[in-house]
Amino acid sequence: MRFFSDVRLTYSRAMLAILRDPMWIIVGLAQPLFYLYLFGPLLKASGVTRGLPPGTSSWDVFVPGLLVQLALFSSAFSGFGLLAEMRAGVLERLAVTPMSRLAMLLGRAARDATVVGVQAAILIGLAVPLGLHPHPGLIGAVALLLALAVGLSCLSYALAMVLRSEDSLAPLLQGISIPILLLSGILLPLTLAPGWLDDTAQANPLRHTTDAVRGLMLGRGAIAPGIAVTLGFTLALIAFGVHRFRTTQDVRIA
Amino acid sequence: MISTQALRREFRRSRRAEPLVAVAGVDLTVERREIFGLLGPNGAGKSTTMRMLTTLLPPTSGQATVAGVDLVGNPAGVRRRIGYVAQGGGTDSTETATAELVLQGRVFGLSRAEAHQRAAELLDAFTLTDAADRRLGEWSGGMRRRLDIAIGLVHRPTLLFLDEPTTGLDPASRTEVWAEIRALRDTGTTVLLTTHHLDEADELCDRIAIIDHGRVVRTGTPDALKGQVAGDTIVVTLPTGAAGRVAPAVGVEPWCRAVDIVDGETLRVYVSGGSTDVTTLLRLLDTHGAPVISLTMSRPSLDDVFLTATGHQLAAA
Repeated sequence: MRFFSDVRLTYSRAMLAILRDPMWIIVGLAQPLFYLYLFGPLLKASGVTRGLPPGTSSWDVFVPGLLVQLALFSSAFSGFGLLAEMRAGVLERLAVTPMSRLAMLLGRAARDATVVGVQAAILIGLAVPLGLHPHPGLIGAVALLLALAVGLSCLSYALAMVLRSEDSLAPLLQGISIPILLLSGILLPLTLAPGWLDDTAQANPLRHTTDAVRGLMLGRGAIAPGIAVTLGFTLALIAFGVHRFRTTQDVRIA
Repeated sequence: MISTQALRREFRRSRRAEPLVAVAGVDLTVERREIFGLLGPNGAGKSTTMRMLTTLLPPTSGQATVAGVDLVGNPAGVRRRIGYVAQGGGTDSTETATAELVLQGRVFGLSRAEAHQRAAELLDAFTLTDAADRRLGEWSGGMRRRLDIAIGLVHRPTLLFLDEPTTGLDPASRTEVWAEIRALRDTGTTVLLTTHHLDEADELCDRIAIIDHGRVVRTGTPDALKGQVAGDTIVVTLPTGAAGRVAPAVGVEPWCRAVDIVDGETLRVYVSGGSTDVTTLLRLLDTHGAPVISLTMSRPSLDDVFLTATGHQLAAA
């Protein structure tokens, strides 16, 4: 079908672009790696494993959060690439062809999710020697992260289309990603938080994603609500992205 | 190939603000196999008209048939049939020409093999084969513009839109692009282009529409339009300081439509037409003690057409 062909074309073009410049995959990994090596060791004797079965390491609690952080920071900034394509006129050129706009969006988001998948594999590979115990639930956890990455990158593309400038996009993304990060229990489980902070964090969809990813990777705890919230959130972000892609009239930045 | 009725586009900055009228109701008919130019200053509404006809912008009101398809009712059908080359182009500097052409072909439903074959054909036709696998960032502006046109032709559209096709090009590249556009017309493609260059409208276009303040003020072949502007221009060089002295005497003559003092020794006289005016002018200047040193006479230009149609010059707008 034409639609899938359009998604594939968009995806492979975007994939080739990133493979020409694979440094970006490493750049996106830098921040989680700093946390892994320079922050992770602090948690060894911190009590984050309290209440978990003996043998659970602090890495088993910490790495799931890092993976969510990776998905957040890696895909949330994909809108910058779109701005470059809008400036070059590529998007406008394709807008006067039969290519589906939904395919233009999803092909790019799928590329971003692929990058997150590769980064996640590297991160997990580096965490195992430190003391992460891989649990079969890891597969489900990564799948959930990829869905989240698609959603977040749709959000980033939609915001790029609305704001139309790197100068407005960068502070906005910084401004929302930091509180989202802190209110998601990515660095430390929110079970350690005072009541008001824990309650506030309930409103953050990524907090539930983190709970589900952690539950899947530990092989215990409730995961269904986290999965449901994440998928719902992802669908909402895709819908927002599609709406912007379909209704934005001026897809060129002069 | 194109016919529009009262095509109009307004822009609103906010809900309450008065709408800004970019195109105030355009009626155009473009025939098959012609190079049709929309001529006008920046901001006249040429690009907005083109953006509407290429489905990039929905019209506020009005109707159009583009390549046999209803623009408002079936924009997807229009997109399948037309090629569009934007002013700033639409290629990625990090890609190669082959990659861009193949993508365009695939988007229009060609198989991978067909798309590669078509890309090679077009690269050859536009003499770009040697650079085909170099990144576009290393290409010259003229080469990139020719590639933009090639990309617009991948699916063999019968109608091609070119927005300011030669703006920013050096004279040599400009001549090359003109040759490509003529060749397209000669092989059966209809071309609609926008331009703010008078010479481009004059030399390249079969017919033009002059657009000013969102309206079509004149339509016709460049020659017919020039013919409608009656009269010639005579420029005479006189002895130093004489120009200002004799100008009033020339200006009151019945055959003189206007007179311009260019500088102390040069006078530009607009006459109703006919070479008899030249002899009359020479005699008159002689009797005023200003013997003519040199004289040139010119037929009306599109610039004059533009001036009569809009009340201002294109360059000054």
